[in-house]
Amino acid sequence: MLLIEIKPDKCDFCGVCVGVCPEDAIELKEANISIIEKRCTNCAKCVWCCPIEVLVFRKDKLQQLKAKSS
Amino acid sequence: MKNSYDVVVVGAGPAGTTAARFAAEQGISVLVLEKDRDVGYPVRCGEAVSKDGIEPFIAPDSKWIASTINSFIFIAPDETEVKIKFNRTGYILERRIFDYELGKLAAKAGAEILTKAYVYDLLWENGKVAGVKFEHNGEPKEVRAKIVIGADGVESRIGRFAGIKTHTKISDMECCVQFTVSNINVDPNACYFYFGSEYSPGGYLWIFPKGSDTANIGLGIGGDRAKHRSPISYMNHFLNKKFPDVPKLTMISGGVPCSITLSEIVKDNVMLVGDAARQVNPLSGGGITSGMIGGSIAGELAGRAIKENNFKLLNEYPKIWHQRVGKRHEIYYKIKNAIYNFSDETLNSIAHSAIKIPENERTLLSIFKIALFDKPSLLFEFAKIFFY
Repeated sequence: MLLIEIKPDKCDFCGVCVGVCPEDAIELKEANISIIEKRCTNCAKCVWCCPIEVLVFRKDKLQQLKAKSS
Repeated sequence: MKNSYDVVVVGAGPAGTTAARFAAEQGISVLVLEKDRDVGYPVRCGEAVSKDGIEPFIAPDSKWIASTINSFIFIAPDETEVKIKFNRTGYILERRIFDYELGKLAAKAGAEILTKAYVYDLLWENGKVAGVKFEHNGEPKEVRAKIVIGADGVESRIGRFAGIKTHTKISDMECCVQFTVSNINVDPNACYFYFGSEYSPGGYLWIFPKGSDTANIGLGIGGDRAKHRSPISYMNHFLNKKFPDVPKLTMISGGVPCSITLSEIVKDNVMLVGDAARQVNPLSGGGITSGMIGGSIAGELAGRAIKENNFKLLNEYPKIWHQRVGKRHEIYYKIKNAIYNFSDETLNSIAHSAIKIPENERTLLSIFKIALFDKPSLLFEFAKIFFY
């Protein structure tokens, strides 16, 4: 389950996230960005490195997931 | 556009167009594919270069020089200012014009350029790269190439498609944000650098003037620091404190891979140049000059490889790069890791010692000697470098 969310309206399409993604899981065109869900491991490196807070880690989703599994 | 070229270059930044120019000058066919609709825009850069660095590639022209720099001003965490005369000349560029001119030089040499062309994969044939797949105006297309040069920046995927590990570790990724602001009063011939934990932990904040009342104000923070607080948050803090309500003409974000060069910058018939190859000067974060050097070496070798039908020539690329620049970057990388981890107290004490040196005797080296005195462990790093 994808726990990382992109806010496309905030994005400057600068590519930092692509540069640090160990899984090549982010697709960036001219002004179009998306996460390739089947490759993403939710490692959150892209979230940490985004200079302008475009990527967010959905802790709420993670908690939901944990609640379900327990 | 033809459906087959000797060399396809992916990315039309300074490294890509320089590679294209040097390849085309060998009399071979070259195509440059750029994902954005413009060469040179959007700009993702602080725009500072040294005159000596760019002169081998393009004659200085006032239309892309926004400011000429003759001094640096370092500002310590306690606001102590240390001014150093720069014994060479620096320029703050208008990148959108500069990149355009480099594109024109590539075109003059015979390279074709296509914008709005997004490369999404390599074209493989019998286990060998035979070209690239790209999207142009929303349509999938293919073009064949004997050599592919990836000049696709910090977000490079060409290397990954070819099986090269290219991702940058987060502590080496300087996460940057920059505003171009107007109505400010700064020395039009000085570059300002702020160090310390308040504005830019694990990096620095810069003010690069563009004329007398406009400047690029930006900062870069290592990804391991940005994890705790974002660069834009630090930037807003600085602007609110120093230049509240200043008109902002541009806002950009970006990443500078401040690492050593990738261990693999050529694989069979795929070459990487510029930020894609991690050819940035890891200490300053400057990548224009070094990217153009990488591009020129790769482009010329690619051209000769085609002309002489000797693809083994491509393997010379890492050797030549390493000799000319790469080795030096390895030293800069060690210095960076030491300096960017200085505490505010250390930075202040270096500044206090430095201002005691008369201004006309102050050089980067004299200040560096003070830094060594303050941080003897740096000396070990140097000893390691020189005695290896």
